[in-house]
Amino acid sequence: MPKTHPGKHFVEGIIKNNPVLVLMLGLCPTLAVSTTAFNALGMSIAVIFVLTLSNITISILRKIIPPPIRIPVFIVVIATFVTITDYTIHAFSPDLYAQLGIFIPLIVVNCIILGRAEAFASKQGVVASIFDGIGVGIGFTLAIFLMGVIREVLGSGTLFGYTILGEGFKEKPVIYMILPPGGFLVIAFLMGIVNHLRRGK
Amino acid sequence: MKLFLIFLSAFLVNNIVLMRFLGLCPWLGVSKKTSSAVGMSMAVLFVMLMASWITWGIFNFLLFPLKLVYLRTLTFILVIASLVQLVEMVFRKFLPTLYSALGIYLPLITTNCAILGTTFIVIDSNYSFLNTSIFAIGTACGFGLAIILIAGIRERLTIAPIPDAFKDAPIAFVTASLMSLAFLGFIGFLGLSI
Repeated sequence: MPKTHPGKHFVEGIIKNNPVLVLMLGLCPTLAVSTTAFNALGMSIAVIFVLTLSNITISILRKIIPPPIRIPVFIVVIATFVTITDYTIHAFSPDLYAQLGIFIPLIVVNCIILGRAEAFASKQGVVASIFDGIGVGIGFTLAIFLMGVIREVLGSGTLFGYTILGEGFKEKPVIYMILPPGGFLVIAFLMGIVNHLRRGK
Repeated sequence: MKLFLIFLSAFLVNNIVLMRFLGLCPWLGVSKKTSSAVGMSMAVLFVMLMASWITWGIFNFLLFPLKLVYLRTLTFILVIASLVQLVEMVFRKFLPTLYSALGIYLPLITTNCAILGTTFIVIDSNYSFLNTSIFAIGTACGFGLAIILIAGIRERLTIAPIPDAFKDAPIAFVTASLMSLAFLGFIGFLGLSI
């Protein structure tokens, strides 16, 4: 892989190769924890943290990891950072921890992180890997946060807990949106819109 | 009766794909043909049961007594990854027919969050060994039901007139939304809840 300007990876990870809406990676957390904008943001901060640190570690170790056992090594590195994140959230934000539930330890099988370790961090330098990690992480954030905003506004009539569509709507919101079927419907339409935009170019 | 309720809850009310949003990658990736969907669900059933048994044993006899609970994530993912490798080797050596049917789906299971998710749910719910087995079988059957249903629908969707932007994954998610709505109807059935 030729060396390119680090900024390029940053932009590509956000829009052109959006991990969720274009590459369809990391779908499970995107659908499961996007019932409110706050949960979505909490999840994406956890993912950015793990993704960037695992990218840095793997990039530093890339010359001494023997290729045949690289996948188990990546998994151990990722699992370590996931455990740190798990306990940190548990200690500082028990409410968020209760909301995200098993999806925090499940960051370890988030295909985005293992995918970036295999496709990028194991081949490129540290600085490029940091940019890649943050860029892909922001791409993930964009998708999950958008889902969270749409589902919270329509499903509860609030945004970050503040009423925005009027009291009448808040009393009778579209509960469908915060139930599982609403998650599937919102991501279907977001993917459809992204497909349409990509086709137009 | 309690065992039957655990099975039913895992199978229908808390369906792993449509209600808990776990295992979406294989559910979307391997559901274009009914035959491959059946193969995938068999592989998931086998690995899920084995993984739940082994991680249940490791947690209750090793991690918990030795106060090493913080190693749970790390241990479980490594156990599942090596278990899948082992199953693949055993199948290739002793059950070549089964291997040729399930072989290509086995490596995919390592990163299947349904397996790891199930092992976490088992530990969080403090299930006994028997309950764990029933729960794992129910969950795997729920995955099988969801993937076989969607595969049948997607086979027909290929000949349906769909807007270009919605072809493939988006329309599969619209279908999933309707299926999930139908599964919501099971809430309250025999007193079961999410």
